[in-house]
Amino acid sequence: MALSNKTKAALLGPLNKNNPVIVQVLGICSALAVTSKLEPSLVMAVAVTLVLAAANVIISLLRKTIPNRIRIIVQLVVVAALVTIVSEVLKAFAYDVNKQLSVFVGLIVTNCILMGRLEAFALGNGPWPSFLDGIGNGLGYGWILVAVGFFRELLGSGELLGYKVIPQFMYDAGYENNGLMMLAPMALILVAVIIWVHRARNKDLQEETN
Amino acid sequence: MNRENSGYTIIYAAVMVIIVALGLAFTHQALNDRQTANVNIDKMQQILRSLNIDASAAEAQQKYDELVQNAYLITPDGLKVEGSEGTTPDDPAFSTELDDEDAAGLPVFEALVDGSQKYIIPMQGAGLWGPIWGYLAVEADGSTIYGSEFGHQGETPGLGAEIVTPSFREQFTGKELIKERQFRSVAVVKPGQTAAGRDYVDGISGGTITSKGVDAMLLNSVGQYSNFLMNLNAAQ
Repeated sequence: MALSNKTKAALLGPLNKNNPVIVQVLGICSALAVTSKLEPSLVMAVAVTLVLAAANVIISLLRKTIPNRIRIIVQLVVVAALVTIVSEVLKAFAYDVNKQLSVFVGLIVTNCILMGRLEAFALGNGPWPSFLDGIGNGLGYGWILVAVGFFRELLGSGELLGYKVIPQFMYDAGYENNGLMMLAPMALILVAVIIWVHRARNKDLQEETN
Repeated sequence: MNRENSGYTIIYAAVMVIIVALGLAFTHQALNDRQTANVNIDKMQQILRSLNIDASAAEAQQKYDELVQNAYLITPDGLKVEGSEGTTPDDPAFSTELDDEDAAGLPVFEALVDGSQKYIIPMQGAGLWGPIWGYLAVEADGSTIYGSEFGHQGETPGLGAEIVTPSFREQFTGKELIKERQFRSVAVVKPGQTAAGRDYVDGISGGTITSKGVDAMLLNSVGQYSNFLMNLNAAQ
């Protein structure tokens, strides 16, 4: 299916130059909370992408009927209802996954990327571009999470997805897991490093300095 | 139609809330049976893990029926509550939680593993971010730990959440709850430290508050069973 330039920008922009985490600096809270292991990062990325796409479509369909004064409340109700349904379905059909995510499913409601996209995009665009925008922003958020989770689990626990990857002889030779990686400050520093590399490669994103 | 009209806004909000409420209620009703079944299977898996058996969700029910011979409630004095026996999810032992204020007693599960009797007791406590819980399988002498299982709601991954890993749980095997005819529980200490007069295991580095929570949970939850365990110990 051919995509017009605008829809392409809605889908692909958030992956790079319009990334919700490293350019708009949204959703930082959950980027700290769930990324100490790779697996919750992956599941969180998928869950946010699905909820964001669905919420975007619903708000986009309703956009001509929503009273302006209560539009934030309407958005919140839609997101909260979707998250509750996702959580209920997980409990019934994927109990183990639900147990791993525990409180993080509920935390999706508080992710400011969701409200941001609903407010900035879905209220002014049709369902199809809104859907792509949701998928794009979800993935843009997700790849940062996965990248941060990858380094934190690798350097903090010496594992990836729970499997040992740092061989035992490294430990015998005096290598130590970096406990600091497991703590939230390291997630911030990693996000900052990603922002640094990204800005260095995209000079047009750099702010003017006096 | 005027979207900024107050009447429209109120009706819109009311209709939206009713639709969402109906939708959520319907979802919950439709999925409730499956969810309850999952919760019961999960509890059986936890009980089996305390017996050092890692059963998948599909085989948990069968394994549970095979190994768990009896379940009942006991009074704080350690005596069996009459008529509380039964191992199925509908029976009091399975459905009673430790923090149930008006429960008729404390649940105990009896299992027969390779011909030897084990007693499984549930535990409940608090970690850093939320509740933690677990099961402790004790040998017939009422003191030696055969296996343990821990769960948590939202401890920090990589730190407090490590209490569920086999390497933490396996430390408990062989430890003794009763020392010199006194219930002492098992201490969870900082790695490298010791506990005088009682058996101890290493806590999680960086998960100090969760480790302390496990320590307190063992003391308090298992402590409620001290008379029951002492009776078993005295009968040896």
